[in-house]
Amino acid sequence: MTPPGIDTRPRVGTGFRLQWEPAQNSHVLLYPEGMVKLNQSGGEIMKRCDGERSVAVIVSELEQAFSTEGLGKDVLAFIDMAGKQRWLAWD
Amino acid sequence: MQQPGSKTTPGPPLWLLAELTYRCPLHCVFCYNPIDFARQEDELTTDEWVRVLREGRELGAVQLGLSGGEPLVRDDLETITAEAHRLGYYTNLLTSGVGLTAARAAALKASGLDHVQLSFQDSTKEMNDFLSHTKTFDLKSRVAKIIKDQGWPMVMNVVIHRMNIDHIDRIIGMAAELGAEYLELANTQYYSWAFLNRDHLLPTHEQLKQAERTTDAWRARMGDRMRIFFVAPDYHEGTPKRCVNGWGSTFLNVTPDGTALPCHTAKMLPGLSFPSVRAQSLREIWFESEGFNRYRGTGWMKEPCSTCEFREQDLGGCRCQAYMLANDPAAADPACIKSPHHHRVQEAVERAGSMTQTQAVEHPLVFREPANSRRLASHLSEEG
Repeated sequence: MTPPGIDTRPRVGTGFRLQWEPAQNSHVLLYPEGMVKLNQSGGEIMKRCDGERSVAVIVSELEQAFSTEGLGKDVLAFIDMAGKQRWLAWD
Repeated sequence: MQQPGSKTTPGPPLWLLAELTYRCPLHCVFCYNPIDFARQEDELTTDEWVRVLREGRELGAVQLGLSGGEPLVRDDLETITAEAHRLGYYTNLLTSGVGLTAARAAALKASGLDHVQLSFQDSTKEMNDFLSHTKTFDLKSRVAKIIKDQGWPMVMNVVIHRMNIDHIDRIIGMAAELGAEYLELANTQYYSWAFLNRDHLLPTHEQLKQAERTTDAWRARMGDRMRIFFVAPDYHEGTPKRCVNGWGSTFLNVTPDGTALPCHTAKMLPGLSFPSVRAQSLREIWFESEGFNRYRGTGWMKEPCSTCEFREQDLGGCRCQAYMLANDPAAADPACIKSPHHHRVQEAVERAGSMTQTQAVEHPLVFREPANSRRLASHLSEEG
C-alpha cells in the first residue's frame, strides 16, 4: 500500500467502530472480539477520519484545536500505521 | 507495578459473554458447556437479559459475545442484539451457522449486529462429511455467503484435535475458499466434554509440529488476505495460559440461568459460590462477590507461583485446570513446567499418543447430548 497522501480522505475501516468510553476515559476502537485503547492524539485524529475530511483538513483542525503547528508529519505517520492495521480505509 | 497480595480496584469487565441458552442442535465432543447442561433448562427472559446488558454497559463493558449452546435457537436474539447495539456494545454472534437463514441474517443486521464468528463445529459424528467437503461444506458455504452479503467480516473458528489436526491443510483451504478474512485454529482446551474425551482428542507433539508448519506455509501464501491465528495448546507447551486474561480482570460470563462467572467453567470449582444476576446487580457481583474476588491478582497464590518471576504474566494459569489435575484450585496450573503436578499433563499427552484402537473402542467418544448429560449428571451427584 502506498502511504496515504495529504489529499486523501480516510474513514474508519469496515468492521471497526470508534467510540468514546467514559469508563476508560479514552477513545477506543472496537473490532471483532477485540479493542484498541487509543491515546489522546490517536483518538483526536481517528474521530476526524470520517471519509469527508482530507488529511490536510484534519491536520489543520488539530493544529487549530491545540494551538500548535507542524503536526502534518506525525498525523501522516499515524494514519499510515492505522491504514496498515486496517483501522482506517479509503474508498 | 502491583505487589503480590496487594489489592487494587479491578478495571471494567470489558468483555461480557452472554450464554443465552444451552440448547444446541450439535453434539460436539469438545464442548465446554457443563456436563450437566441438560439439567439446567432455566433461561433468563428477554427483559432479564436486557437488564444485564444495561448493567454491563454501565460498568464499562464494550464487547458482547452472544453465545450458547446455539444462540440462534433463541427467537428473541434480534431483540437482545438491538438493545445491545443501542447501548453501545460491539456485538459478536458466536454460531455454528445452523439456523442462520438469509432472512434471519438481515434481521440481525438491521438490529445492529457487528460480527458473526462462524465455527466449523465438526461434531465428529459428521467427520466424514466434514472432511469430504460435502454436507458441512455446503452448509458453511451457504452461511458464509449470507454473512458476506450482510457486509460482516468473515471470521471463522475451527476447534482442532487429534482427529482433525492431520487435515489442517484441507481445513485452512476450505476457509480460504469460503473467503475467510480471519481464521482461528483453536486447539481444544480440556474442560467439560473435552476433558471427558481427552484421550481421544489430545494430539501428539509430532502432529502439532506438522500442523504449525502447515499453518505457517498458508500464512506465507495468503499474506494479509487471511489472517490465521493458531491458538497454542497449553498441554504441550509447558507454559500456562493467562486464563481469561486474569481472573475477574476483563471477562464476565453469564450462563443461561443467570449465574455470573469469571470464566466459562468456573462453576466446577469447589467451595466457591457464584451469584445470580437475578439476585444481585452486575456491579455488586463484579466488585464485591467472593466468587470474583477469590483468585484476583496474585495474593491467593501458593508456591511455586507466589515467588515465580512470571506470576504477573500468567497469573498462575487456569484455576479450573489446577482443580481438575491437581485437585486444588489454588495450586499452580499443572500445564506449567514448574508445577509439581506437571507430570499428569505429560502423562496425558503420552497416553493419548499411544492409545490403541482397542482402547478407543472400549472408551468411546462421549457426545454432548441431553441423554448423556443427564446420565453423567446423575452419576456425578451420586459420587458427590
